[in-house]
Amino acid sequence: MAKYLLLKHYRGAPAAVNDVPMDQWTPEEVSAHMQYMRDFAARLESTGEFVDSQALSPEGTFVRYDGEGRPPVTDGPFAETKDLIAGWMVIDVESYERALELAAELSAAPGAGGKPIHEWLEVRPFLSAPPTITE
Amino acid sequence: MDESLLRTLTPTVISILVRRGADFAAAEDAVQDALIEAVRVWRDDPPRDPKGWLVTVAWRKFLDAARADTSRRHREVLVEAEPVPGQGEMADDTLQLYFLCAHPSLTPASAVALTLRAVGGLTTRQIAQAYLVPEATMAQRISRAKRTVSSVRFDQPGDVATVLRVLYLVFNEGYSGDVDLAAEAIRLTRQLAARTRHEEVAGLLALMLLHHARRPARTGPDGRLVPLAEQDRSLWDTHLIAEGVDVLQAALARDRLGEFQAQAAIAALHADAQTAEETDWVQIVEWYDELVRLTGNPVARLNRAVAVGEADGPRAGLAALAELDPSLPRYTAAAAYLHERDGDLVTAARLYAEAARSAPNLPERDHLTRQAARLNAKHRG
Repeated sequence: MAKYLLLKHYRGAPAAVNDVPMDQWTPEEVSAHMQYMRDFAARLESTGEFVDSQALSPEGTFVRYDGEGRPPVTDGPFAETKDLIAGWMVIDVESYERALELAAELSAAPGAGGKPIHEWLEVRPFLSAPPTITE
Repeated sequence: MDESLLRTLTPTVISILVRRGADFAAAEDAVQDALIEAVRVWRDDPPRDPKGWLVTVAWRKFLDAARADTSRRHREVLVEAEPVPGQGEMADDTLQLYFLCAHPSLTPASAVALTLRAVGGLTTRQIAQAYLVPEATMAQRISRAKRTVSSVRFDQPGDVATVLRVLYLVFNEGYSGDVDLAAEAIRLTRQLAARTRHEEVAGLLALMLLHHARRPARTGPDGRLVPLAEQDRSLWDTHLIAEGVDVLQAALARDRLGEFQAQAAIAALHADAQTAEETDWVQIVEWYDELVRLTGNPVARLNRAVAVGEADGPRAGLAALAELDPSLPRYTAAAAYLHERDGDLVTAARLYAEAARSAPNLPERDHLTRQAARLNAKHRG
């Protein structure tokens, strides 16, 4: 088993195919989307492939050390242009192919008009120690 | 194995050890060791006097630890010099433990962790689960907190307001894992209320009971947030409401109003309404006036503006809102609601979407997004 991080982006990722802001959906479409995400996570729990998922606030700041006695440097008020992560799900799966398969399924969550969003998700493997060889 | 009995006895046993001369951190460690042993042996061999058993075992654990650590030899001198206490003052000791765990030198997060551990008798693992952090992390937080208060004299009078603030923090953490922190906070506040006749302790207990009574109706089956006006009131716990109202009335009768009593009075007026339409908003506004007078708290002013909107119409609510700082948490959501009631659906939808972007948690964000979607759909249709 290997762990993969599925990253959802507020911005920075290529535009989704069905790219309509959520507040322009109907309440039923919003609910259907939430339900899809919940069902997806619940199913991965039942297959033993779910690890964790969290949502992140849209606000974020880059920060850098700027020398002794000086305040930290931030990227200032121009946050609009940067890539921001909306949330993540960590899965623990048998293969890279399975990770891609699940990410694709998550990307098909329904959006406006009940059609799949086709949003881009980033799939990143965790670095981990090699498995102990016992034979 | 009665876990709730162990939790109830924990603060008393710690207090007895401290009275005998153990410092707080060592007493707390010794009692935790004794609790582990109790869990191990009580199932097969339950003691006739559980408290006496715990005191004896914890004291032995403490002495073992003190003897093992030669650098702490001076403590043994202290121990020998200390007279064995009588039984009479124990209740006061436990009260002191509340004050120590909520000591102002601790950060709110540390005070909460220490209170749950020393007064509540929860294990480090249970507290860690409730806060979704690793057990080792929580163990560090607790031992740092213990170090911070280790030099605080146990006989210093505490500030009851600090203790109440910590208990209210515990209550508002809600629940996750296998510990319901809201129920735990109510249990601790009940204990505190039994030990002191302070009217604000009663006020906080009433507030917690009244809020807790509504919890089954606050979220839908899919985890969705259900606002007060739309809640199924038949799900409210009428026993808890009746108890909360009784506790509140007894406190108010003593004519020393404080902010928790005022908040509980508002909660009681909501609990009293059979339907949302029957809510006595005029009286609620009066209680918010008291609350603002007592605290000057900007969040109380924001809630007051919403109540004014219900009592005197949305225009009056918006006027009250206009006097407040727009950067207040939930200001935008309140403005959206009042604009919707005023019939300005376009502005309301825009503000709901804006409020959703800065929502502090997922259920609230989903709720606000749905509100924006609802109005936008209406507008298009």
